Amino acid sequence: MRAMNRAARMVFTLTLVLAVAACGGRESRSTFGTDGSHPAPVADNKPLSIKGSDTMVILGQRLAEEYMTANRGTVVQVNGGGSGTGIAALINGTVDLAMSSRSMTDDEKEKVKQNRGSDVVEEPIALDALGVFVNSANPLQQLTIAQVRDIFRGKTTNWNQVGGPTAPIVLYGRESSSGTYDYFREHVLDKGDFAPRVQTLQGTAAIINAVGQDRNGIGYGGIAYAKNVRALSIASDSGPAIAPSEQTVAGGTYPLSRKLFLYYPQNAPERARKFVQWSLTPEAQALVTQVGYFPLTKAQ
Amino acid sequence: MTRGRRIRNALMGGVFSVSGWVAIVFIFLIFLFTFKETIPIFTDPEVRHEANVEKFFVESQEGPTITDRYVWQPTSDVPKVSLWPIILGTLKATLVGLLFACPIGVAAAMFTSEFAPARMREIIKPVIELLAGVPSVVMGFFALIVLATWLQEVFGFTYRLNAINAGLALGFALVPIVYTISEDGLSAVPRAYREASYALGATNFQTAWTVVLPAAAPAVFASFVLAFGRAIGETMILLMAGGNAAITSFSLFDPLRTLSATIAAEMGEVVVGSAHYSALFFMGTLLFAITFVSNTVGQWIIARMQRRMQGAAR
Repeated sequence: MRAMNRAARMVFTLTLVLAVAACGGRESRSTFGTDGSHPAPVADNKPLSIKGSDTMVILGQRLAEEYMTANRGTVVQVNGGGSGTGIAALINGTVDLAMSSRSMTDDEKEKVKQNRGSDVVEEPIALDALGVFVNSANPLQQLTIAQVRDIFRGKTTNWNQVGGPTAPIVLYGRESSSGTYDYFREHVLDKGDFAPRVQTLQGTAAIINAVGQDRNGIGYGGIAYAKNVRALSIASDSGPAIAPSEQTVAGGTYPLSRKLFLYYPQNAPERARKFVQWSLTPEAQALVTQVGYFPLTKAQ
Repeated sequence: MTRGRRIRNALMGGVFSVSGWVAIVFIFLIFLFTFKETIPIFTDPEVRHEANVEKFFVESQEGPTITDRYVWQPTSDVPKVSLWPIILGTLKATLVGLLFACPIGVAAAMFTSEFAPARMREIIKPVIELLAGVPSVVMGFFALIVLATWLQEVFGFTYRLNAINAGLALGFALVPIVYTISEDGLSAVPRAYREASYALGATNFQTAWTVVLPAAAPAVFASFVLAFGRAIGETMILLMAGGNAAITSFSLFDPLRTLSATIAAEMGEVVVGSAHYSALFFMGTLLFAITFVSNTVGQWIIARMQRRMQGAAR
């Protein structure tokens, strides 16, 4: 069953990649010409389209389902592809909302302003903990951030260098369009490069699957996906090793936690703003917990 | 009546010739588009600062091993755009795929055309040709889940997904190509050749190996050229089974990433007009060029072989 999902996901992501490759970029130029005119927001019955972070796809889909049951007649479409893909689509005006597991760069914000004609609004809707996963057969329980950094930068190549068994380390990571990739590179690798040996996979589910099958594997991704693998306890440079859990993430002690965002331009259609407002209600935040993320309210 | 027929005839002829031309125009336009997006690599100073033909092929940085020196990391803070890891990956997968598929394909073709009883032949041929209909996603999925695990258990590879695994999976997709064309070629060898060989006292095997196979050499070679073209362009199998890591290494036990897989994986996130974007299109142009050259050279060699064969037959 899991395998089926994975194949479906891969096909799905690839179709998406191709679709974006085929039409994404070109459209933006023709739709928003150099004359500076921008289409005004119109009240219509178009479906609400949301796109972006693969980490947030499950969450987005659960929210959409619930939202559609609560508001009969509304249609919400949720697509993955990676945070960067979603943001690019927001800039190009092909979606109403972008999901992102990293904050937008100033450059991207500026592009939204240029293309869509108004400032972008950032709304954190949940907290996520990034887990560092190893195979269940691996006896290792914890790593420091510095050790994780050396492993993914390719300086540490054997498990025995970090207190594990004598075996080569096999690295799994995300493709560069992923917000998880960006977050990890910025917060764990100190903006350094990943080792070339990192095998890039499409989606956290694929990483979990690969690490689950590879006793020497290590990977990273949203904690909500962890199944049949062990999420290591992580020690920041100064503190003790902390296992990811609701308390440690909400309390801010687990070092690798991040916010998950929804983005939309200020002049976005009503349907987009309504959805974002709704996603902050207790009812929606309960879904956040249900799919394995952490609600915002506690931390903030 | 006759006039109506004539008109219909002309009309259908027109429809067919338009269809033919449309195909040619499409291919030409696709090539033009791909090449056009590559042009900034040669002209745009901003793009050239990050990616140009020199950067594609010289060392990206210093380091103790070639893996560290030639690096594809276009989205890094300091973009590194060496194409060597990706070209090597493509060649490794293609090599393993062809080494696996060519002997098997030709041997199977010889078996069905020279040795198998007619009834068996009627079963084997469609079954192998059916293999060509298996979508490459399915093939990649099989290699990812089943083949990789099996190979790792048997040979103890460090990396589950590596050039051997990817190459074998690719080979499955190439076998039907090699088989079908070689088989057609072998079956087309005139009966007189075989009879002459038997008359001289040759065995079945001697006839097949020393008479029929050389006579069908142009077709066999053509099947290799086509298989090579397919291997270079194949995307999905290698994206799934190759491990997707751009490593500059000659080892067949390392994960790999191919030109086509890189384009598929990275085109979705790339900023239109950036150096990375142009670099991906450069890869596309490179793929185009490789298949074009290999097909042209292949055709030329086939034509030469055919001429020699006819000369010998006369």
